[in-house]
Amino acid sequence: MKRFKTTKGLIGIVLLTLIALIAIVGPMVIPPDAATKMDMLARRSPPTWTHLLGTDQLGRDMLYRVILGARTSLEIAVTAVLMSIVLGLPLGLVSGYFGGWIDNVLMRLVDTLLAFPALLLALTISAVLGPNVQNTIIAIGIAFTPYLARIIRGEALKVAQMPYVEAARASGTTDGMIMLRHVLPNIMPAVIVQATISLAFAILAEAGLSFLGLGTQPPAASWGLMIQASRDQLDVAPWTALVPGAAVALTVLGLNMFGDVLRDILDPKSK
Amino acid sequence: MKDIVSVDHLRVEFATDSGPVVGVEDVSFTIAPGETVCVVGESGSGKSVTSLSLMRLVEFGGGTIAAGQLRFRRSDGTELDVAAASPSVMGSVRGNEIGMIFQEPMTALNPVFTIERQLTDGLMLHKGLSQSQASARALELLKSVRIPEPERRLKQYPHELSGGMRQRVVIAMAMACEPKLLIADEPTTALDVTIQAEILALINRLKRENGMAVLFITHDMAVVAQMADRVVVMYRGKIVETGTVDQIFTAPKEDYTKALLAAVPKLGEMKGKPAPERMRLIGDEAARAARVTPVARKKEVLLDVRHLTTRFPVKGGILRRTKAQVHAVEDVSFTLNVGETLALVGESGCGKSSCGRSILRLVKPTSGEVWIGGRDIGALNHHDLRRARADMQMVFQDPFASLNPYRRLKDQVAEPIVNFGLASGAELKARVEQLFDRVNIPRGFMKRFPHELSGGQRQRVAIARALAVNPKLIVADEAVSALDVSVQAQVLNLMMELQEDLGLSYLFISHDMAVVERIAHQVGVMYLGRIVEIGPRAAIFESPAHSYTKQLLSAVPIADPTKRRFADDLSFKPIKSPIFPLGHEPAPSVYTEVAPGHFVLQD
Repeated sequence: MKRFKTTKGLIGIVLLTLIALIAIVGPMVIPPDAATKMDMLARRSPPTWTHLLGTDQLGRDMLYRVILGARTSLEIAVTAVLMSIVLGLPLGLVSGYFGGWIDNVLMRLVDTLLAFPALLLALTISAVLGPNVQNTIIAIGIAFTPYLARIIRGEALKVAQMPYVEAARASGTTDGMIMLRHVLPNIMPAVIVQATISLAFAILAEAGLSFLGLGTQPPAASWGLMIQASRDQLDVAPWTALVPGAAVALTVLGLNMFGDVLRDILDPKSK
Repeated sequence: MKDIVSVDHLRVEFATDSGPVVGVEDVSFTIAPGETVCVVGESGSGKSVTSLSLMRLVEFGGGTIAAGQLRFRRSDGTELDVAAASPSVMGSVRGNEIGMIFQEPMTALNPVFTIERQLTDGLMLHKGLSQSQASARALELLKSVRIPEPERRLKQYPHELSGGMRQRVVIAMAMACEPKLLIADEPTTALDVTIQAEILALINRLKRENGMAVLFITHDMAVVAQMADRVVVMYRGKIVETGTVDQIFTAPKEDYTKALLAAVPKLGEMKGKPAPERMRLIGDEAARAARVTPVARKKEVLLDVRHLTTRFPVKGGILRRTKAQVHAVEDVSFTLNVGETLALVGESGCGKSSCGRSILRLVKPTSGEVWIGGRDIGALNHHDLRRARADMQMVFQDPFASLNPYRRLKDQVAEPIVNFGLASGAELKARVEQLFDRVNIPRGFMKRFPHELSGGQRQRVAIARALAVNPKLIVADEAVSALDVSVQAQVLNLMMELQEDLGLSYLFISHDMAVVERIAHQVGVMYLGRIVEIGPRAAIFESPAHSYTKQLLSAVPIADPTKRRFADDLSFKPIKSPIFPLGHEPAPSVYTEVAPGHFVLQD
């Protein structure tokens, strides 16, 4: 069982490293116009030696597009998740640690946001702010904040009742220091694990927003945008959906595997 | 072979990532019919693993019986090799011919089934009784374990019963099929002392009436002295010594047994002694402990608690309104002198912990005053309270939970000093080193994390943290209850040594009367939030005046097999609920002074 988990973790790490390398190195070696260059003679071409993963309806090379799209998709997902941590962590920490009316006020606020499905919320924010990369990040970041805040609040609530927190209070530690030194390190495992799960969802959310025309704008490439473009040619050129779909699936798979293992490593109870 | 059980060179291994770990290395013993064999040892000695092996339950915990034989004589006279028996045969033995009582009565019963269902399941399975026959037998069983109102209990769920009643139900379940062997694994460790006395008496009676053999697992030498015919002493997976209970207690052969017995405080052994005394230890620690000098007694009041009352709201209903109040601490007054120890004793729920926490204002008292060194702690604002905390520190019960698992020990000990800005840089480092020396923890441990230490070492670190800011008062809330007896003795001696050297005052909160008798100057007995009796240690232990104090003292097992006290059925008055409706104003506590300094609550 344990060995299986380690292998799983290794696959996850290898997968994520590869994807990250492609996203970072790809744009450096591939000419910038490769993703937009149209080969009008080979439109909707299935995978061939010239176009390893085929082409789309405008004759653009799918391999180049999926590599260049990786950067956009991951950039948006990582920044959005970081943003949701920056917003959600203090919210959840303060709420769970102090409890009482502070908790009530903050959590009703969070509950209000939670009442809307995350994607609908992101959609609304994105539509109001206007479609571009920066606004997509803000939209996804805000939409994910309540979920993170809820989980952190629960963990903080649990940790705040531990005797070592009371011991710190009894020895004159201020609330701020208790949160920083005692509560925060003990909830970090939960935060990290939730963050990896959120990353997977953020990639899908970006794909969703782009699919609806609110995320990345053409002709720039992103995985979501590619899936969107493929929707009316699934019968004649299924690879146009399969290639970016597989990229999303592999990344999510890698993140989930990695997240599972990370949770086990960081949980002191599993040792 | 007449023995019911014979264990021969048992070896149990547990598979882990880093290869097999030996839980039990080499254990052999026998149990004769109608005999009580006590297996005693400290945590990690393999005593529970031995008992689980006998039921072949050890496999469910990842263990394997690697070598040795376990023979059990079945009711039909045939001999069963437990180590080689098939699962279906074991199924017909477990709960049928061997009954088992577990430690935690709160979790050993399934919360979603009625008592009747839990009792009748085994009867219908093993004895083939019909539903109505089984129900009739269940009622009979509840009567035999002397549960009040047995008919009503059958229809109740576990949460509706008190801890003592639940453990009686667990015993009734174990007894249901009239087993030839009863295995009791720490059956009273989680229970209050009066309930423990009742349960021990019950097990004794059932054994006598049914001629059943009992395998009793415990860490408590006092319980061993009260229960055993024969004793098996275990240490790190091996048997140290086997013998009759008299042999073990009067003439132990092995050093480990001697050390174990020496470390156990015996209630009543301090009779006629004016001052607290160090715990006895054998070996390296003995020389330190031998330095028995009574603590100098300056009569100077450090802590003055006046009419302290703490109530917690009980919320209910849709609007989460306060429906009632728990009167945790009710009109408690006492004083504690400089350099002395006041012990607050009582059973769970009596308010002793809430009292300690109210004094430190870790919970806010409802009313009353707490004066330390001329300041009323209760009246301080947030800022001044934080400053005042330098004078009063706390040591908690669970050394595993009171240290932050993610911080290095030196940082945790340094924290109070940093909080009050008392030292920094090299001075801080030197001070922390001194503190580690002071509690006898090697300096090499300073950079370690809590999980790398044993329970006793952790508690020493917790004491070092409490000492860091040179407090005048330390509230020790069950500070040694979670420790093994030899470690407990070492930590208690350390506390007494520190008291002598630094003039510390302790508010020692404990349920263990024998420990309290050894270390306290003053004793306060708490019951339902009030102090029912308070006075000098000798007065409380030698001439208790309140009926509850007498009841409590009579229930304490004594680590001396010649002083057996649980032969007959015992039944103590159950403790009443401290929950009262809103607006209930109880009468103030009024005391009678029966002797100088010895006060008894007027009922």
